[in-house]
Amino acid sequence: MGMNTQGRPTAPASASGATFETVSGSRGLLQREDLLFEIGTPETTGVDLPKPKGTKNRLGGVKRKVDTGLAGLSEPQAVRHYMRLSQKNYAIDLGLFPLGSCTMKHNPRLNEKMARLPGFADIHPLQPQATVQGALELIDELATWLKTLTGMPSVAMSPKAGAHGELCGMLAIRQALIARGEGDTRKRVLVPESAHGTNPATAVQCGFIVDEIKADKRGRVDMEDLKSKLARTDDIAGIMLTNPNTCGLFETDIKNIADLIHTAGGYFYCDGANFNAIVGRVRPGDLGVDAMHINLHKTFSTPHGGGGPGSGPTVFSQALAPYAPVPFVTKDEDGLFRLVEHVDGEASESFGRMVAFHGQMGMFVRALTYMLSHGADGLKQVAEDAVLNANYVQARLKHVMTPAFDGFCMHEALFSDAFTADGIETIDIAKALIDEGYHPMTMYFPLVVHGAMLIEPTETESKAELDRFCDALESIARRAAQGDETLKGAPYLAPARRLDETRAARKPVLKWTAPLPEQIAAE
Amino acid sequence: MRYLPLTPEDRASMLATIGAKSADDFYTDVPKAARLKAKIAGLPDHQGELAVERHMTKLAAKNRSASSGPFFVGAGAYKHHVPATVDMIIQRSEFLTTYTPYQPEIAQGTLQTLFEFQTQVAALTAMDVANASMYDGSTACAEAAVMAARVTKRKKVILSGGLHPHYAAATRLLCEAQGLTVVQLPVAIDGEGELAKSVDGETACVIGQSPNVFGTVTDLTSVAKSAHDKGALLVSVFTEAVSLGLVTPPGEMGADIAAGEGQSIGNGLNFGGPYVGLFACKEKLVRQMPGRLCGETVDADGKRGFVLTLSTREQHIRRDKATSNICTNSGLCALAFTSHMTLLGGKGLKQLAELNHEAACELADTLGALKGVEVLTPRFFNEFAIRTPVDAEAVLAMLDEAGVVGGVRASRLFPKDHLGDVILVAATECTTTEDIAAYAAALKEII
Repeated sequence: MGMNTQGRPTAPASASGATFETVSGSRGLLQREDLLFEIGTPETTGVDLPKPKGTKNRLGGVKRKVDTGLAGLSEPQAVRHYMRLSQKNYAIDLGLFPLGSCTMKHNPRLNEKMARLPGFADIHPLQPQATVQGALELIDELATWLKTLTGMPSVAMSPKAGAHGELCGMLAIRQALIARGEGDTRKRVLVPESAHGTNPATAVQCGFIVDEIKADKRGRVDMEDLKSKLARTDDIAGIMLTNPNTCGLFETDIKNIADLIHTAGGYFYCDGANFNAIVGRVRPGDLGVDAMHINLHKTFSTPHGGGGPGSGPTVFSQALAPYAPVPFVTKDEDGLFRLVEHVDGEASESFGRMVAFHGQMGMFVRALTYMLSHGADGLKQVAEDAVLNANYVQARLKHVMTPAFDGFCMHEALFSDAFTADGIETIDIAKALIDEGYHPMTMYFPLVVHGAMLIEPTETESKAELDRFCDALESIARRAAQGDETLKGAPYLAPARRLDETRAARKPVLKWTAPLPEQIAAE
Repeated sequence: MRYLPLTPEDRASMLATIGAKSADDFYTDVPKAARLKAKIAGLPDHQGELAVERHMTKLAAKNRSASSGPFFVGAGAYKHHVPATVDMIIQRSEFLTTYTPYQPEIAQGTLQTLFEFQTQVAALTAMDVANASMYDGSTACAEAAVMAARVTKRKKVILSGGLHPHYAAATRLLCEAQGLTVVQLPVAIDGEGELAKSVDGETACVIGQSPNVFGTVTDLTSVAKSAHDKGALLVSVFTEAVSLGLVTPPGEMGADIAAGEGQSIGNGLNFGGPYVGLFACKEKLVRQMPGRLCGETVDADGKRGFVLTLSTREQHIRRDKATSNICTNSGLCALAFTSHMTLLGGKGLKQLAELNHEAACELADTLGALKGVEVLTPRFFNEFAIRTPVDAEAVLAMLDEAGVVGGVRASRLFPKDHLGDVILVAATECTTTEDIAAYAAALKEII
């Protein structure tokens, strides 16, 4: 054994790799962290506020009776609380995050920096419009990018996320039907069974009835089934179709579908969640689309933030443009930008206002920063590399896993669980990926493929990273095919083992409750 | 291009592995007429960081930021101080660049903060349970209305005359799309109590706001009682979350659902978004709630952990029978909220609320002392309405010239209600005595 002059060993001694519980509950770099209510007190604070003067209040007696009792932490405690918790999260900044249909691409830091400029971050939605001309210009500029990239004449910027954009599109369709005098009769919306759950949910939120259409053997809309659903047309409001679809495939009959819907008197809502596969290469406006939302938090790289915020601007065809919501930005002849905020005058046919204020400005800044960075040339490359990466993953894994459909895919590769041995499930493969240091793929979606595994690598992964990922997944797939029972226990190396979701749902505990005195005494 | 790691050699070798000649092979399913050969015309090519930064900075410089001078705009969004620590926490990669916590084993960080967020929102509103956030206050309000209709199986929704008009519009839109009838009570500065008289046996819910859009605080206890007597629910709305440190919260008034805006805690103004909707209700209604819920459970080793739960309410499981279509919510804004709330603590929140209230009282006393200025709001927290002898739009423009952003003209929110001489004015802990003096001096010159 090597020694330095103080006798400190400088080479590792051989010892058995014992696993053991620690006294502290921490494990090396992974620190234990209890709930803040267990470590803080209501009197503790991490902010220094001036002392109130104690002047007579003007609340007229409408005063809180019982204090919140919420625990606080000092600043150093708070910093540690959140840093320790952060270390229990996987993130795109840590590694490949191939969650299909979610487009987990690199989130450039420049976007964050720009969104924090006081001229964007510290302006109020209702301050006089003369004092926010740069903000309105930015919205107008982003709108121009979105209209140009999609080939659509109009865009509503206010929707707060993808599903809110769906709501925007379907409310515009509803309004158009009302304007035609068919609001009460055209209630049926066709939705493929492979659709994301938000599609049928949105249609119902708008008062429509969902009629499911089947997928064919190629993973596309079953045209025979579609035609049979259109045998009757006088009750058709429209179709909600994702393209590229949730199987990661381009709908080959899309023009035909658009024509059929239009002939039936309905409108074509396209779910733009997968726009990343075609941005710069295909314009939805050339496909007969009437409305489509764009997830700025997918294609245009605004961060997902652990579940939002998103942003779902929705583009419209000429046919639906008059019914788009308020507010919108317009440019007057004198060169000033103006917000149209009320259903009146130039917005007299608008379906109304769906949200307070003007949309997700913070996301607009990030998205425009990203677009300017990439440019028209870069965005086309984005789509091509995203599709190339997905096809590479499919090509590397198709010999050990079961591709759901033949041929090339778009931006995501879809596999079924047909290759697994009895007793090994998709979830076991997903959880085993965690032990290999990867976020799992989307699992059990789309519903049309048994035990679906949907892998979307995105364009921001290098070939070396893809190879490492494929090596890991290939090895897990072979174990799954051989019926390796140890997969059922995965993950073994994550901050938590598999969690009991059944127990959570059976008797929901949705907040922390202070232990009763007798419970404390018993401990 | 700095965000794209593939080299031309990588691309060639990958195409060979795949068995494709070029990227064009992947787009053969696209109808021929729709295949774009060249890049899309009319848009600039890629640019380096410096060039992009210049462009964006130029746009930002055309806006007057709230911190650059005396600033009194409220009406649904509020200028508060956000501790530096909050922004550091939400910029932490592990929170910023992760997804909705679908894989709980590697998302305990997000999940635990959501559980803490839900606990804080429940305590703040004095309600039983809260969800993991909505888009914002207005959509939370709309979802509360349709939830009430589901719970009561009734079709009438009554909105108070003090409900923020953007909230009212979003609510009316969603309700009417679902075949519900919406009754809007006449606009009133102090009219929340009118809800008690308007409720009847067909009412699903009444929606009142305290503090309301004119700043009036109201104890809705009697409204709750009238609603409950008729089998209806009370939805209690707020746009200023800090007020709940001092003002009677929804739960203390007997509200069945609380819906509000959480921007004031941890989140900047951002020109209106992203914000964070707060949504809480009575325990017995939890299975009708919209949005994500985080719950406690144990892992395979018996250790405490957290998961998304009761998802049979949600669109990804229930599809057309879901309680809402919401998917992505306001995760990171909820983290900003919860970390700021943690830094404040219960005592700090109360103190912050007191500071806000005192600033508003000082402002009201100072402006109200000017000849011709009338403070219209009888009881308020940190904002109120004033009437001046001059048209509000002109007053605000002249104040602007004097470097004071003096508030929101009521006619911007209520264009048809003859409120042309009314201005909504807000003060917060950011408002200084000098700011107030500057406002009063400038206003005195104008009127």
